[in-house]
Parts: sequence; C-alpha cells; structure tokens
Amino acid sequence: MFDALQSIIPTVLFYSAPLILTALGGVFSERSGVVNIGLEGLMVMGAFIGIVFNLTFSDALGSWTPWISIVVATIIGAIFSLIHAVASISFNANQVVSGVAINMLAVGIGVYLTKVWYGKGQTDMVDQPFYTTSIPVLADIPIIGPIFFEGIYITSYIALILAFVAWYILYKTPFGLRLRAVGEHPMAADTNGIKVSRMRYIAVILSGAFGGLGGSVFALTIVSNFSGSTIVGQGFMALAAVIFGKWHPLGAMGAALFFGFAQSLSVVSAGIPLLENIPQVFLLIAPYVLTILALAGFIGRAEAPRANGEPYIKGSR
Amino acid sequence: MTSNKKMFGILVPIISVLLGLIAGAIIMLSSGHNPIKGYAALWNGAFGDSYTLGETIRRTTPLILTGLAVAFAFKTGLFNIGAEGQVIVGWLAAVWVGLVIDAPMIIHLPLAVLAGIIAGGIWGFLPGLLKAKIGVHEVIVTIMMNYIALYSTNEIIRSVLTDQKTTSETIPQTASLASAWLQSLTFYSRLHYGILIALLAAFIMWFIIERTTYGYELKAVGFNQHASNYSGMNVSKNIILSMVIAGAFAGLAGAMEGLGTYGNISVMSGYTNLGFDGIAVALLGSNNAFGVVLAAILFGALKEGAGEMPTAAGVPTELVDIIIALIIFFVASSYMIRWAILRFKKEEN
Repeated sequence: MFDALQSIIPTVLFYSAPLILTALGGVFSERSGVVNIGLEGLMVMGAFIGIVFNLTFSDALGSWTPWISIVVATIIGAIFSLIHAVASISFNANQVVSGVAINMLAVGIGVYLTKVWYGKGQTDMVDQPFYTTSIPVLADIPIIGPIFFEGIYITSYIALILAFVAWYILYKTPFGLRLRAVGEHPMAADTNGIKVSRMRYIAVILSGAFGGLGGSVFALTIVSNFSGSTIVGQGFMALAAVIFGKWHPLGAMGAALFFGFAQSLSVVSAGIPLLENIPQVFLLIAPYVLTILALAGFIGRAEAPRANGEPYIKGSR
Repeated sequence: MTSNKKMFGILVPIISVLLGLIAGAIIMLSSGHNPIKGYAALWNGAFGDSYTLGETIRRTTPLILTGLAVAFAFKTGLFNIGAEGQVIVGWLAAVWVGLVIDAPMIIHLPLAVLAGIIAGGIWGFLPGLLKAKIGVHEVIVTIMMNYIALYSTNEIIRSVLTDQKTTSETIPQTASLASAWLQSLTFYSRLHYGILIALLAAFIMWFIIERTTYGYELKAVGFNQHASNYSGMNVSKNIILSMVIAGAFAGLAGAMEGLGTYGNISVMSGYTNLGFDGIAVALLGSNNAFGVVLAAILFGALKEGAGEMPTAAGVPTELVDIIIALIIFFVASSYMIRWAILRFKKEEN
C-alpha cells in the first residue's frame, strides 16, 4: 500500500499540474462570462513557446532556462489570448467559434514556425527540462515525506498554490467580486459602474497566461519537445475540469487532480491489485464520462455563470 | 433592410476569404517565402491535373457532410461541436458492417452506409436528449462525446475488429464506394461515389429546412424557443431531432471515409479534424446548404493544394490551417466587416 501510494501520488501531481493551471485560466475566463473553448490552443501556444525559448536560450541561461521559459510562455499566452478577447468581447463574435479558431490557429502557427525554423515537423528534445527534486526538510518527514515531497516536480506545487491564490482573488477581493458579477449579470454590473469589457478582457488575458503556463509546464515536464501532437486534448480536459469543478478554482483543482489520477492510473495500474484488471480504455474515457454525468446532475448540479457565452452589448436588453 | 442583409450574406464570406488569403501572403513573405509561388503551388496542388482534381473532390466530400452536420444543428440554435466524434463512430460502424456482413452489393453497401448514419445519429441523440430534457449545454457534452468516441473506437479496433493490430482488414468490394471508372478518369485518385451522396445530402438538408413543416419547426425553435412552445410546437422533440439529423450527416461523412477513401479504419492518435473543419465550412457557408457545398469545395481545395506547397514553394502545409483559422475569425467578427462596409457606403453617399 505504501509503495503504491509512493508511486501513484507523484505521478498524479505530475499529470495534474498542467491541467490545474490551464483549468484556473478557464475559471477566470468563464466566471467573467466568456466561454473559452480555446484553452487547448492556448496550451499549444504555451508548449510551443516554452520549448522554442528553451532550445534557443539554454546555452546562455543554464539551469534557469526552464523557469524563464515558462514565464515567457505565460506572457506570450496572454498576448495570444487577446485575439479571442478582441473577437468575442469587442466584435461580439460567437465565443465558441472564436475558441475553435484559436485552437486551429495555435496548432497552425506552432507547426508552421517549427517547420520554418527547424526544417522538420518536430523540434529537438530540450537540454534543460524540469527535473524531479526532493524538497529539503519536508522530504525527511516519515511516511508523508517520501510520498509527497520526494521525486516530485516543483511546478506541481506551484500549480496547487496558484489554485489557492486564484480562489483568494476570485472570492475574497473586490476585483474577484466584480469579475464574477460581470459573468452573472453584466447589465447590473455595468449599472454599478463596473467596466464590463475591461473586466472581461482582464479575465481572458489571465486565461491566456494560465493556459500558456499550463502548456509550457506540460511540454517541459512530460514531453520535452514540440510537434503537432504534443497537446492532444489536455486543453479540453482542463475545460472539463472547469465544469466538473463547478467553475470554482478549488473545485477545478480537485477535478484536475482527479483527472490526473485517472490518467496516471492508466500508466501505473499494472502494479495495483484492484485496478490491473480494468481495461485501460475505461480509465481513458473516465474524465469525459464523469463530466457528462456531472452536467446531467448525477454528481451534484453544475451551474454555469449565468451570462456565460453572451456578448454584452451596452444598452440592449 | 432585406437587400442589405442579403448583400452582407454574400459579401462577408468573400471579404473574409480574401482577408485570409492576404494574411497568408503576408505570413509567407515574413517567413521568407514567395507568396506568388506559394499560391501557384496551392492552385496546382488542387486543380493542376485530373489526379489532383479527383483528390480535391474526394477531400471535399466529407467536408460537405460535416459542414451540413454543423449547419443543420445551427438552424435550431444548437452548436454541434461533436461532428468530430460522430464522424469517428460513423466510420467505425460503416467499416464494421462492411467487414462482418456477407451480402450482395445492393444490400451490403446501403446497409454499411446506413450503419454510419445510425451511429452518428445515436452520437448526436445523447447531447440532444440532455439539452432538451435537462438543459445541459450541448457544446460541452459534444466535446466530451468526441473523446469518448475517439478512445472507445481505438479500443474496438484493437480488441474487437483485429487482434491488437492498428488497422482493420479492408472491406470487401460489395461494401465499397470506390469506383474503378472514376479512378481511371482521374488518373487513379481515390475519388469515389461518395460525392454524389454528399450532394444528395445537401439537397435533402435544403429540402427539409425550406420545404417541410419539420424544417419550419426546427427553424422556429432556433429563432425563439418560447414562442415555438406557445404556438404548440414540441421544443424538446425538435431539439433532439435536430441533433440526431446533424449527427446522421456527420456519421455519413465517416462512412464516406471508411467505405470510399480508405476502405478500412485505423487506430487514431488524434482527431480526423473533419468535424472541426465542418464548423469552418458551416460558418463560411452561412449555415445554408448551397453555401456549405461552396465552402467545402474551397476548404477541400485549400487542404488538398497545401500538399503541393512544401515541394514546389518550400511553404509548410500548415499555412493553410492558419488561413482557415483566420477566415473563421473574420467571418465570426463580421460585425467589424459590416461596420466597415456601412461606413464606406455612407461616405459614398
């Protein structure tokens, strides 16, 4: 049992971190009333930038490279999400359509530039990915230490901490209250002097930043290079985590951990008695089936922010 | 007002395509390629000779159907992102029936096509049911259904259709849409009879929407659910029906791939993208059957022509994906284009 936990928990954290980060982005965007199907594309962009920056500057920056790479990917993700923001907030475009276009655009740009810059469909492996570490002091605690703090990625803990930060911002600050108000009832918020468009822009840009961060963490911990098939579905799984977590940062974190658990089960299930007989396919589809069940009300009702997906046009009822 | 609306209906897609192509040229220029050479290669790759022409039509076939799948649901105010999954299950079902049943062509082929239609319809039914009965948003459910389709289909190919192999057997001649005559006509491209089925499907959609009471009700529900309800229409039934028919179109697209182009089904590492491209097709075609056919031809040509660009002009094929994504943005942001046109007209006056 102890061995099983020690093999499973670091793996869960490892697979969940990118999902948690991206899902937090989704929570910000959707809480402000902008549907973000484009999370997948934002992750692609983050993965692409993270890998390219890492490959280009690893000689100059040494062991700092992965950290600076994810910061740069965060910034570029934020900028890239502006396209979605402009289309869906300023131009009143259908937000789902715009998100679909973001997904196509990100893969197109990523692979196009990879071919132009590297002359082939995928990049080389990076020299400076993230490595597992043990957290000093904490790893020495008996039982808990080896399970939670040995052989883990620091990025996993950053993701968990950011989830709490996001919760604090959304539920304990005036900014968070305004952001949620804009997503529930933009007209009422507007009447109270909250700038609806500005709040929504900030929320979408935050989702781009988190998506870029999530994508780059995924690329630099799990795959170490970029190609058209680096990100296949992680963004949509993050979106599922947003909904399964009922549009709440901590809920999304829990859902992402659960999905990470399901994913890691398909990797380590062979060693765990009860699970080794379950066909892998059930573990693969579990997150999606559960999301549908959650939406259908079997696992507590999932209620979307009321104005989610509706453009706000000043003066119209 | 109506003439304005009609004018925008035609102008917005055309302007969007032009803007997309211009943006593509700028991207080629800034990455050090010659855009004229690039677009010439694109043209040759799509219409250069009878082989590429055949392949362009072959590629257009499923795009027409997935375009219809998205457009049809949209008429009822539903967003069918699930065309992707419906294509996959349709493909699987058609090939499955193709493989396990032994019958003369006149029974076998229609049965295989029908299997694709039914599988797609079932995959559309569930999101429709959840939307109609509990009000769950169809976008999320269909996205989830896409993944369930992808992973389950892969598993079925590996453990039911084959013995842990990645590709199924090829279907027998009696279930095949392939045509030696069409192939010899187009220098052995993979052109098959599916294009006729796709065009027929477009006609059927036009007929249902414009000429039947069902179509009228479906549209009415799309315009205003409450008004439809008060005038005695069964809103739930119409929502479910719309998703089922939409799913059937997409399932048919999968059957075209399975019975026509490939003749088998392989384990997929990712999506076919036919469903997502269908969204682009429907959007550009203004959700209208005739528009969908035109848009599918455009995207089919772009995608087929892209294959020629790396060898002839050194431009990566992904340029076309960028162009298509930008076209979607421009059409979706048509608010801006409308505003610009109106402004332009005003100054003229």
